[in-house]
Amino acid sequence: MSRLVALIRKEFLQIARDPGSYATAFVLPLVLLLLFGYGVSLDARRVPLALVAEQLDSTVQDLLSGFYHSEYFVPISMPTMAQAQTWLLRGQVQGIVHLRLDFTRRLKNGQEAQVQLIVNGIDANTARLVEGYVSGVVETWWKRSLRKRLATPRVEVEARIWFNPEAKSRNFLVPGLIAVIMTLIGALLTSLVIAREWERGTLEALLATEVLSGEWVLAKLIAYFLLGNGGWGLAVAMAMGLFDVPLRGSIWLLWVSSALFLLVALGIGLLISSLSKNQFVAAQIALIVTYLPAFLLSGFLFDIASMPKMIQLLTYLMPARYYVTVLQTLFLAGDVWSLLWPNLFVLLALAILFLGLTFKCSPKRLA
Amino acid sequence: MRLITGLLLPDEGKIEVFGLNPARDPLSVQRLLGYMPQRFGLYEDLTVQENLELYAELRSLSPAERPARFRELLAMAGLTPFTSRLVGHLSGGMKQKLGLACALLGHPKLLLLDEPTVGVDPLSRRQLWQIIHRQVQAQGLTVFVSTAYLDEAERCAQVLLLHQGRLIGQGAPADLMARMRGRSFQVKVPSEASKRALARQLADRPDIADAVVLGNTLRLVTQAPASPALPPGLVPEPTPPRLEDYFIATIRQMAAFRPYIPLDLGRKRNAVPEAVIEVQNLKRKFGDFYAVHDVSFSVNRGEVFGLLGANGAGKTTTFRMLCGLLPVSGGKAYVAGVDLRRAPAKARARIGYMAQRFSLYGELSVAENLRFFASTYGLRGPMLRDALHWAFSSFNLEPFRNLAAKDLPLGYKQRLALACSLLHQPEILFLDEPTAGVDPLARREFWHHINSLAEQGVTVLVSTHFLQEAEFCDRLLLLQAGQVLACGAPEAIRRLAASPDNPAPTLEEAFIRLLETTP
Repeated sequence: MSRLVALIRKEFLQIARDPGSYATAFVLPLVLLLLFGYGVSLDARRVPLALVAEQLDSTVQDLLSGFYHSEYFVPISMPTMAQAQTWLLRGQVQGIVHLRLDFTRRLKNGQEAQVQLIVNGIDANTARLVEGYVSGVVETWWKRSLRKRLATPRVEVEARIWFNPEAKSRNFLVPGLIAVIMTLIGALLTSLVIAREWERGTLEALLATEVLSGEWVLAKLIAYFLLGNGGWGLAVAMAMGLFDVPLRGSIWLLWVSSALFLLVALGIGLLISSLSKNQFVAAQIALIVTYLPAFLLSGFLFDIASMPKMIQLLTYLMPARYYVTVLQTLFLAGDVWSLLWPNLFVLLALAILFLGLTFKCSPKRLA
Repeated sequence: MRLITGLLLPDEGKIEVFGLNPARDPLSVQRLLGYMPQRFGLYEDLTVQENLELYAELRSLSPAERPARFRELLAMAGLTPFTSRLVGHLSGGMKQKLGLACALLGHPKLLLLDEPTVGVDPLSRRQLWQIIHRQVQAQGLTVFVSTAYLDEAERCAQVLLLHQGRLIGQGAPADLMARMRGRSFQVKVPSEASKRALARQLADRPDIADAVVLGNTLRLVTQAPASPALPPGLVPEPTPPRLEDYFIATIRQMAAFRPYIPLDLGRKRNAVPEAVIEVQNLKRKFGDFYAVHDVSFSVNRGEVFGLLGANGAGKTTTFRMLCGLLPVSGGKAYVAGVDLRRAPAKARARIGYMAQRFSLYGELSVAENLRFFASTYGLRGPMLRDALHWAFSSFNLEPFRNLAAKDLPLGYKQRLALACSLLHQPEILFLDEPTAGVDPLARREFWHHINSLAEQGVTVLVSTHFLQEAEFCDRLLLLQAGQVLACGAPEAIRRLAASPDNPAPTLEEAFIRLLETTP
């Protein structure tokens, strides 16, 4: 027991003396949280939009005022299409709304009046959002002006957005980000630690003492588990305190699921480390096997349901997928047991699998 | 070593340590022994005290015993004032002694030391041996040491000589050396003769096992106990045999006799001595630490000049500055008449550089390596063809043309690296620890190459931490902590340290004395 304590103490001294370790454990999560919390947003808000009206009468003004009142747009009025196109080319506006000279006349004559919309389609996601918002503005105006003229009963959709009523992408990104941060500390950082001892020749000295191989692996596991909990605390505190992400589920469940995922990540990291014996190779493998999937295939950034079938099947192999689901459920929906327990069960199974493999594959000899 | 500790498993055969089998019961064996691996196995980001505490715990030293044991071992290692210093900030000699202290913590019955003195200054080396001898006498400890230094092996009670995984000799060093009685000779070379050409000629004779240049004498080992027949004017004088003589003679006997290949650059030696490297008050700073401080020396054309010092003494830094790989922080440096501060690239075109560990591309074949290095020197067309042809034939690399460099035998790897650095016919050749980790026979062959290059007027700068090898040089520069300890011919340096009780010190004794007398 005292041997274990001495080994854990050694790990902490090494972490404390290595700026790279605590930068990865605390500074990098902080940067990621600030970046994703403030910088990255999947919502299109305050989109610059060119308005070209060839004739400005009261009907057209009524329609265009909808754009001025919307929080999604920053409308810029332009005299000619040519100018608007130049702005679109330069990327200064994301779209052009064009109303022809005969717009009001055709409307009054009961003919079909057209609103031309040109959208910058380079970013398909934003383009679709802009298209939707513009149609929304036009439709609202149409219904309003229709109601003025006829008073017939009508069918209307009353939309409510559940779990994230303001549809803020931050509320859904920040909880998912916790999975990325846990992967960073759990797998990327630990992938270096056994490889480092191989490279520096200290493992050979360690193995030649009476230490049991399980002991020093356990010491690393405990040390980095505690470090990971520190990173977790920081991330959760920032999510709730700084970004006002609501936590609708219970905090203890959040901790239990995070601890399970952390154990999975630690198991993978230590396994990579003891098999690769080389810090550079270990870091590369950890990056590809754990960090990138946590970003791309976990549902944190990209919706799994809209991925191709093959990729969807692949995501079932990614531990982060289960954890992201748990995180998003706990933060935004609450303790939905029917959704939580299968995911937690998979995490538990993966933790047992990877930690078992780690202890089994940890080096006892040099070859 | 690793088989004994149970860190590796034997494919066949059996090892018993104190009646226990390390393959089956490694923990019981490990309880009885102390092991210091290569590079000492210390945690560089922990302090001296923290390393001791960790290893005390791992070796199950009871807490009550610790303070006294720490005090004793720290005093023995001379590290008492440095307990709170990070191990990474210790010198090589201090790390080595701390590694030994950690291995001794648990009162082992058997101490295993794997190349404990590599890259350590000679004073620390001697202190380590003193500590080991004291432990053996006082505690009845058994010590098992591996080393590539044969002079070090002479201090042991029993030696096992291994070559390419086979045992080629076993016994007390005195007994092994006694078998060589009457076979070792020293020959004074008259000043007008070329000692290097002579050494090469003699080394190729079937009756001579070994011929090396030591200062202005040759040391010969014959295949049979008889005085060798030498050209007129040369008188062989018997000299006491050394363990290295036995080793070289045995492996040369085992291997089919193979003459050393002379290297031909197609050049004649330029008789006029002229300085091709001049260094004055050379300085190099890293942060506020001087890696090289006020170093001055000059090297003449066709000279073999040795840079000698422990790891961290400034050898590699000096080398890199002279090759134009590292900017100079202060002082003057001229290489082949070019001012390094002005035109390092111009100087680089006239020098060849062979880095530590050869720096070949392991995945490329021999031919591809040669072609690549030739192209980096800008060789094209007929010049390229000639250079490649010369490299293949002079170094006997033709049979290995398409083999990946990493699969070459070590001796051939060394040849290929040397060939790569000579393709552009440089005037000066820089060799950074060229023989580290190479067996003595390959080391001999390498020195024959160096000698034949020097014969043809190539200036050779070589850095080494083998003191014996330093004797092969014309002149030496002894470095310690970035400063010059001494500069001159090996005999002159030895004379510098002569004293009434030791009128003819070895180079190692001279080095130690200089270290002790310089503040």
